[in-house]
Amino acid sequence: MDLYSEIILDHYRNPHHARLLQKPSVRVKEHNPLCGDTIELDLLIQNDHIENAGFKGTGCAISQASASMLMDMLIGKKVGSVKKLFSKQVIAMLGVPLSPARAKCALLPLVAAKHAILKLNLQ
Amino acid sequence: MFDQKKIKKEFPIFSRKINGKPLVYLDNASTTQKPECVLDALTNYYSSHNANIHRGIHQLSEESTVAYEAARKRVARFIHARKSDEIIFTKNCTDAINLVAKGFASQIIGKGDEIIISAFEHHSNLVPWQELTKAKKAGLKVVPLAKDLTFDMNAYKRMLSTRTKMVCMTAQSNVLGTVLPIKKIVQEAHKVGAYVLVDGAQSVGHGKTNVQSLGCDFFAFSAHKMLGPTGVGVLYGRYDLLEKMVPVIFGGDMVTIVEQHSAQYQRPPYRFEAGTPNIADVIAFVAALDYLEKIGLDAIHAHEQKLTTYARTRFSEYSGVNIVAPPLEYSGGIVSFIVPSVHPHDVATVFNQEGVAIRSGLHCAEPLVRSLGVDALCRMSFYLYTTQEDIDRAVRALQKTRQIFCRAKT
Repeated sequence: MDLYSEIILDHYRNPHHARLLQKPSVRVKEHNPLCGDTIELDLLIQNDHIENAGFKGTGCAISQASASMLMDMLIGKKVGSVKKLFSKQVIAMLGVPLSPARAKCALLPLVAAKHAILKLNLQ
Repeated sequence: MFDQKKIKKEFPIFSRKINGKPLVYLDNASTTQKPECVLDALTNYYSSHNANIHRGIHQLSEESTVAYEAARKRVARFIHARKSDEIIFTKNCTDAINLVAKGFASQIIGKGDEIIISAFEHHSNLVPWQELTKAKKAGLKVVPLAKDLTFDMNAYKRMLSTRTKMVCMTAQSNVLGTVLPIKKIVQEAHKVGAYVLVDGAQSVGHGKTNVQSLGCDFFAFSAHKMLGPTGVGVLYGRYDLLEKMVPVIFGGDMVTIVEQHSAQYQRPPYRFEAGTPNIADVIAFVAALDYLEKIGLDAIHAHEQKLTTYARTRFSEYSGVNIVAPPLEYSGGIVSFIVPSVHPHDVATVFNQEGVAIRSGLHCAEPLVRSLGVDALCRMSFYLYTTQEDIDRAVRALQKTRQIFCRAKT
């Protein structure tokens, strides 16, 4: 199966929620030293639910599509559900075969989301 | 000229297929492939001579010692050092640079002194100097890139002063391919009494090297970037300076007399090679040096120039593809490029699907890549076994990349 499926390219072309929020409850920045990619991720939390989410960053098609799909997935979810979200699910969500190096690109947004929840709990 | 197709047959890895296609390997600035003779030298050493060096009286130990010390002589001859005692074996080029930073530069640098490097440096010739200047409260000056991505000699001359204690420069940029005017850099540094370390990792396997005519005080490089095995680095140092350098790793083999509470050290280079060294790989490195000289360093250099010219011409046929490079006459066998609105990782992935190995990312030179105003770059780097057909395959991979992404970005 092709890595650059129509779905991946579609999210890359028109990423969902690719902007930062006005008043986020939490904002984090993650960096992938391998490729130099950076992602900023915002979450707005209300009543223990992710009310809104957004991201800003530069990166390859895989990391950008992953961020776009992850935003769709997170909005509306309970805060606690992020803890139960694992890399396997994110890779399944992308639906394309990934080498270990490219899996790092795909997982950067998830790392950012988990980091955001940790930060939120410390606030 | 030599026959690259015949040469390719001497490298077993080129019988491999990647994604069903014959391997095209264009990541030689990272590491090079190994010819059969180097692999044979490794097998031969372990099958017939293996023993520890500098200690045993038995025959195998003597054979290993002779071969290891012969390698030191061979390396000295390859870079035209005055004598083999000026050659120290390390684990890689980074290790060699760190040895100079900790063992030599730390002795001569104090508060307010300065070290000059260039904006071209690989992390290996940057981070050790950041650490040292921080610890010594000294200054780290960086010669900027000239507008045409060459070395800015005037800016360098302005930076030099009696405060300058060390000048540490790469001979060739691993990102842009820019060749630095090392001889002139050394002459200017010596005028103010500064010592010069050259990071020769990208230059030494690609053209003739003469450390005496360069005039540098230290010269560091890695075997694996010139057909040799991984795990072997070389530090050349002028012998009078090696006598002033202090060891930073201590233990067996580097000592003469050891008492319970103190020890005396061997003379250079032995005092800098504590513990059992990488005997097998050092010995196999000789086969790589013989191979390179059999082909001829001048011929290799000319071949890479031809490929660079060809690759630049072919890639610039595609509108928007941006080649990031100095003028051709300043370039070694490296072509870095950007495909507009396609991330370099995606470019490298499509190239890999086509069986073409290129590098993408920051190339262990983050400040340099960032200063070019990009997040990452794609890089093709050539060697003696690279053919014109390899570059044609890269061009087809580029077309494929544009097909996938330029359609997506409408």
